[in-house]
Amino acid sequence: MKKKRTQLFALGNEAVVEGALLAGCTFFAGYPITPSSEIMEVMAQRLPMEEDSVFIQMEDEIASMGAIIGASLAGRKVMTATSGPGFSLMQELIGYGCMVEAPMVIVNVMRGGPSTGLPTSPAQGDVQMARWGTHGDHPIIVLSASTVQQCLDMTITAFNFAEKYRTPVILLLDEVTAHTRERFELPFAEEYEVFSRITPSVPPEWFHPFQDSLRGVPPMPPLGAGYRVHVTGLTHDEMGFPTQRPEEIEEAISRLFRKIDQFYPDIMMVEEYKTEDAEVAVIAYGSVARSAHHAVDRAREEGVKAGLLELKTLFPFPRPQVVKLARRCKCLLVPEMNMGQMSREVKRVNNGITRVRTINRVDGRIITPTQILKNLTQI
Amino acid sequence: MSEVTQLIHHYLRHNKKFPHMLCAGCGHGILLGSLIRSVHNAGLSKDEVVVISGIGCSGRLAVYVDFNTIHTTHGRALTFATGIKMANPELVVIVLMGDGDALSIGGNHLIHAARRNIGVNAIILNNEIYGMTGGQCSSTTPQDCFSMTTPFGQLEKSFDIVDMALASGANFVARTTAFHAQLTDEVIGQALANPGFNLIEFFSPCHTQYGRKNKYKNAIAMYQDLKSKTMDVDKYKALEESKREGVMPIGVFLKRDDPALETRYAGVRAKLQEAKQKKAEAAKAAQAKPAKAKEPKPDKGAKGKETKQDKGDKA
Ligand SMILES: Cc1ncc(C[n+]2csc(CCOP(=O)(O)OP(=O)(O)O)c2C)c(N)n1
Ligand code: SF4
Ligand SMILES: [Mg+2]
Repeated sequence: MKKKRTQLFALGNEAVVEGALLAGCTFFAGYPITPSSEIMEVMAQRLPMEEDSVFIQMEDEIASMGAIIGASLAGRKVMTATSGPGFSLMQELIGYGCMVEAPMVIVNVMRGGPSTGLPTSPAQGDVQMARWGTHGDHPIIVLSASTVQQCLDMTITAFNFAEKYRTPVILLLDEVTAHTRERFELPFAEEYEVFSRITPSVPPEWFHPFQDSLRGVPPMPPLGAGYRVHVTGLTHDEMGFPTQRPEEIEEAISRLFRKIDQFYPDIMMVEEYKTEDAEVAVIAYGSVARSAHHAVDRAREEGVKAGLLELKTLFPFPRPQVVKLARRCKCLLVPEMNMGQMSREVKRVNNGITRVRTINRVDGRIITPTQILKNLTQI
Repeated sequence: MSEVTQLIHHYLRHNKKFPHMLCAGCGHGILLGSLIRSVHNAGLSKDEVVVISGIGCSGRLAVYVDFNTIHTTHGRALTFATGIKMANPELVVIVLMGDGDALSIGGNHLIHAARRNIGVNAIILNNEIYGMTGGQCSSTTPQDCFSMTTPFGQLEKSFDIVDMALASGANFVARTTAFHAQLTDEVIGQALANPGFNLIEFFSPCHTQYGRKNKYKNAIAMYQDLKSKTMDVDKYKALEESKREGVMPIGVFLKRDDPALETRYAGVRAKLQEAKQKKAEAAKAAQAKPAKAKEPKPDKGAKGKETKQDKGDKA
């Protein structure tokens, strides 16, 4: 008899916690905010039950970021979760995380904005902020999920990417995905990969903490292991010490980009649905991708050759997959719960190859299958 | 080299960081020397010490010493320290902050770190000014004093760091100055041996950005001022109210050993582990029994009920 996976019936937010625990998260710091609070509440319940895990509620989202970066430097797999207003507060330290190459996962459950906006309604208005929110030129990985099962899967992926590439990874959910309660399964241990950061294999006196290599990702010792590294948000040389020398600055910053750039094929995740023969394709992410899925099925029933490209990685933007589709389709349709943020990327890489149409909704309601269907049949 | 100099050199990083960036007469270097002596006297190893600093002239101190060092962002050093201490309570965490760092941009973190009683030793290098950015007023710039952004005198009142730490729940609170190197060694030593949140205010003359604008002829005049206006806190307390004007008490204001947050947390975790283990053992025992008895049907029902009851207990 085949072993059956454990089935659970819970919120997207709860699935995020399950994913984090499977991925080896042992440290969570946060500050409550709707619609992400369940992540924190479940963490508060679960982490202290583990032998060596830490949960702490901080005084604000800046403090939460400081705490997880500190814990990450101390060798922990770390996470925080928030929504728009808190995500705004986190931006300075996200950049710090990029600069010092601290692995961490930041979940942002998007709600309506700007400002306090619509605390309990879905939106996708933080897409470009997730990419460019912190100051300075920097690479970042942004992932998304459209189902509760994906919340679990993508959280594991987020941790793996964070650890593999020594970078902050942002998991961008929306209120609908986070608050949908549905059935999902816990994978067996052999069904998913867990990656942990590589630690130095040389003794401290030989170790150059930010040295370039083929992978471009330096090994990372935990605090207290004898390596006595200097960590700073100032631009630093390969020993970790501040530098003003142009050649050292150039080397440091370009390595930050290269370590992610060169692994695009590993990082860019999409799911294609009925795209092989599609004449019109929807490009969507988050809960909108679910509506799009339905819309594609219904459009097919009506004789429209529709397909769906679901983006699970938002940044680095899955350019090859989108361009391939653009070459084949008469039109790309980009529905989003914002005024057009991902569609900018689609238009940029499409670069005139085919037509790009958008559906934009910012009234705090979801984009329905009917709404997408109407557009598909009109094209 | 004298013994003291040799000792200091043992703890400095010699590759690429010198000459240092501090002005002549700056009090910050005196603190760093004192910190090194105190760590040495406490018998701590370089590997177990983590020095976390903010941004400012004070923040630059971390890079010079051969510990685990983290130069964070402006105002947030204590949040990093909190994460690190919770993540690994074995580490000895020392935080260096400027007055702008600790009380302006990071004021909220300061009161919360004290309230939580996290096991961290925080040192505030108070020069009553933003040194690094060119001498703008801070939240400890005294009333009526001058700075780049208070060219007509500071109108606002300044924070009293000691009062703030006492009110916020710190375990250990002390004040010292760059003129009082021995006292500084002494209070850092005491802090390193004390659990929970320990706060030291260190008055640090900055002639470059503060002294010049406030009628101090040179850095020496600022040290002389520190010498003449300070008094041991116990003597100060014995003074009549009317004679306290212009006198600054120094020394240890509070010392208690309430358990630190990380210790309390470990306690809760241990209790939960124990409960978990007991439950697992009970479940094992319950499972072992019916297997022997081999009464499949009625037993199943009983087992189902038991688990339900268990859940009820937990809620
Ligand atoms: C978020 C942010 N705001 C402003 C600054 C600019 N800044 C750098 S240091 C500093 C003040 C430093 O004063 P203090 O903390 O008292 O340290 P000191 O230089 O006096 O030792 C400021 C405002 C910054 N680095 N980050
Ligand atoms: S500006 Fe002031 S605080 Fe900064 S190094 Fe010079 S004297 Fe010290
Ligand atoms: Mg200052």
